[in-house]
This record gives sequence, structure tokens and C-alpha cells, in this order.
Amino acid sequence: MKITLNVNGVVRSGEVEPRTLLVEFLRQHLGLTGTHVGCDTSQCGACTVHLDGRPVKSCTLLAVQAEGRSVTTIEGVAQNGRLHPVQAAFKECHGLQCGFCTPGMVMSALGIIARHKDTGLTEADVRHELEGNLCRCTGYQGIVNAVLMAAKDMGIRVG
Amino acid sequence: MYAFEYLRPASVADAVARRAANAEASYLAGGMTLIPTLKQRLARPELVLDLGAIAELRGIAVAGGVVTVGAMTCHADVAASPEVRQAIPALAVLAGSIGDPQVRNRGTLGGSLANADPSADYPAAVLGLGATVQTDRRAIAADDFFKGLFETALKPGELIVKVAFPIPKRAAYMKHANPASRYAVVGVMVAETAAGVRVAVTGAGPCAFRVPAMEAALAKSFSVAAIAGLAVPADELNSDMHATADYRAHLVGVMARRAVAAIA
Repeated sequence: MKITLNVNGVVRSGEVEPRTLLVEFLRQHLGLTGTHVGCDTSQCGACTVHLDGRPVKSCTLLAVQAEGRSVTTIEGVAQNGRLHPVQAAFKECHGLQCGFCTPGMVMSALGIIARHKDTGLTEADVRHELEGNLCRCTGYQGIVNAVLMAAKDMGIRVG
Repeated sequence: MYAFEYLRPASVADAVARRAANAEASYLAGGMTLIPTLKQRLARPELVLDLGAIAELRGIAVAGGVVTVGAMTCHADVAASPEVRQAIPALAVLAGSIGDPQVRNRGTLGGSLANADPSADYPAAVLGLGATVQTDRRAIAADDFFKGLFETALKPGELIVKVAFPIPKRAAYMKHANPASRYAVVGVMVAETAAGVRVAVTGAGPCAFRVPAMEAALAKSFSVAAIAGLAVPADELNSDMHATADYRAHLVGVMARRAVAAIA
């Protein structure tokens, strides 16, 4: 089947089998290998991308389901060679060690911040809403700090 | 995953007709269970009918004392809906406790009910609030919907269109979540509705069930004390690596008392 979707602001097309997962399409067809496959069972969140602006696990979505829709991957987050405030905060707060979970963490963090932009964000919110992402090395403290710092840097009320 | 054909019907009528024409076809709602099942080769449909493009299956409406939720409405939308939060806060809380944010952005009410996982949250809401499941061909009362482990009253090819939740006087949902999956080890919805008090349990048995003894006690006195001595028998409850049947029976009492305490 031919599919056409918007990936990181660019219209991309490809020929896929119906059983092709979105993450396979992104990594193998488009070469966007920033989106990782961790558990492949929709638990770890390493494959998180945004579909029409909302975080989803791309290992549990068929590429054909994204037909005509907009996908943002980690490659689409930095603009003009400058790190997004969320990426900068992960670096600043040591929110990563091996970095395998980081693309998914950043995409989830963007979702958390977007959902709380009008209401403000607490540490408890961040911990609860990072439940879909697993880190196996550095632990979560630096990640939680990074999300809170990024939110603050983006002008969102924190605390 | 085995190979399959894929279609994206534009209407309920089209989806149902295509399903009726192929006994080996499968509906795809949010895919949070079906896609992992396909990946494990536990299912082998010839044809996957993606319901994602059917506008009439989506949306939330509040009118005449009833909250109506379209079958393809995702959990995140129910959790965040100002209308639901105002009319039935317990339903919004329940939807917001399913899985994680990414799962809530894909998983749907209709998919959850049709799948009838014994540990899913929504069955407790449907049964506890006395909802009505509207399909492409009939209305099914919650009390008639859940039949057993992954078994519902739905006929082959019958498609859930929407669910009507009567707004209760008060309701609360409490669950003991599995710390990894957030599925309910035990979840209890307690509601005082126009038709009486309802106590519905998910996670504990093969499918969601009511607890008549607790309902009767709460009808007399809506208080934690009224159900303090009441327990469900562990005989037919689930026992697995996460919890024994005895522990689940104990949790039913704990979650029911917490739910009552939240709204008494």
C-alpha cells in the first residue's frame, strides 16, 4: 500500500505492507533512526513519537494508520540547529546516561508540558505522566528535573 | 505479524458490511490489545478493518442526564473532557488511570469493552454506572454485556457505536493498579444512581461483576461502616503471578471501602 504522511513538517510517501509498524516505516524506510525500539511490546516508550501532536508508541501503530496524518519524531524537535528547551534541559540535568530511552523521554516530556501549559506542572504530574517510559540506567531523578526545568524555561508555572 | 489486508471504512454501515462479508476479518479500534496480539501471532485475521476514520464513532455528549461517549473516543479525551469531569468525575478519573499517556492517546472505550480483558478498567465503569452499550444493531444493558473471560454479549461482527452513562448522584472508582502495567489488580466502582446503589468490580474475576450484598448494605446506609464486614468469596476469583484469589478478595473490600469513603 502506498502511504503519504507529514513527517517533521515534510510530506513523505512510501510503499508499505499493512503489517508494517510505524516505527519500522520511520527507521527502515525513512532512515529516521532516532526513534528507538526498546521492548517492542508497548511498555518502554522508547519508540514514542507524536501523532497529530499527541505522544503515541510507534511500535504499536501500523504505518497505514498514520496515512494523511502528521508525525513528529525526535529528529523534528530541534529547530535551526538549536536544541529544544527540553533537549537542553536533559543535557543540563544529566537526564540521560546511555541515551537509549532519551528520544522517547523527550517526546513524552513535550506531551506533558503541552498538556500542562495552561494549568502549571508539579513534580507529581511529571512522575505520573512519565509512567509510559522506562529508563534502565540513570534513574528518573535527572529526567524529572529536566522536564521541570524545561517547563520553567518555556514559561510554564512549576510547583 | 502474519500478513493481512487492510481497509479503512468511512462509516459504521460500511465497516459492519465488510465484516459480515468476511468471517476472518477483525475490527481495529485503538489497537492497544489487537496490535500486540498480532505481533505475537496469537491472531491471524485476513482483513483488518481500521475504525479510525469513522467520525460517527467519536465524541462526547452530555444531555438529559446522560453522558454519551463514542466507541472510538480515546481514554485521554474522556479523562480531559470538561463535560465528563463535571458530570461524572469518577469516569474521567477512571479513564485517566488506564495504562500510560501514550496508551490513553490510542486506546478506546469501545475497544476496551469489546475485548473485555478481566483487568480492564472500563468494565467497572459500564457495570457500576449501569450504562447502556449501543451497537450497530441494538442496545445492551451493562448487566447483560459481560459474559466471561474476554467474552461479551456481542455477536460476531457486532460493532459498539457508543456507550450511554446515566449521570449518578455520586460515584467513585478506586483501584489497586499493577505497578508495571497499571491494569487493575482489583478496581471497584461504587455509584449511587437513580436506580439504586451499584458496586462493580473489575480485575478480580473472569469479568466485571456486581456485589449485591454491598449494594444492599449501602442502600440502607451509605457509609464505610455499612460494608465493613462484607467480603466476596475468593472461590471463583483470579489467581496469577500478580495476586492470589484470597488477596484479590481482600482488595475488593479495601477498594470498595475507599470508594465509599471518597463520596460518603
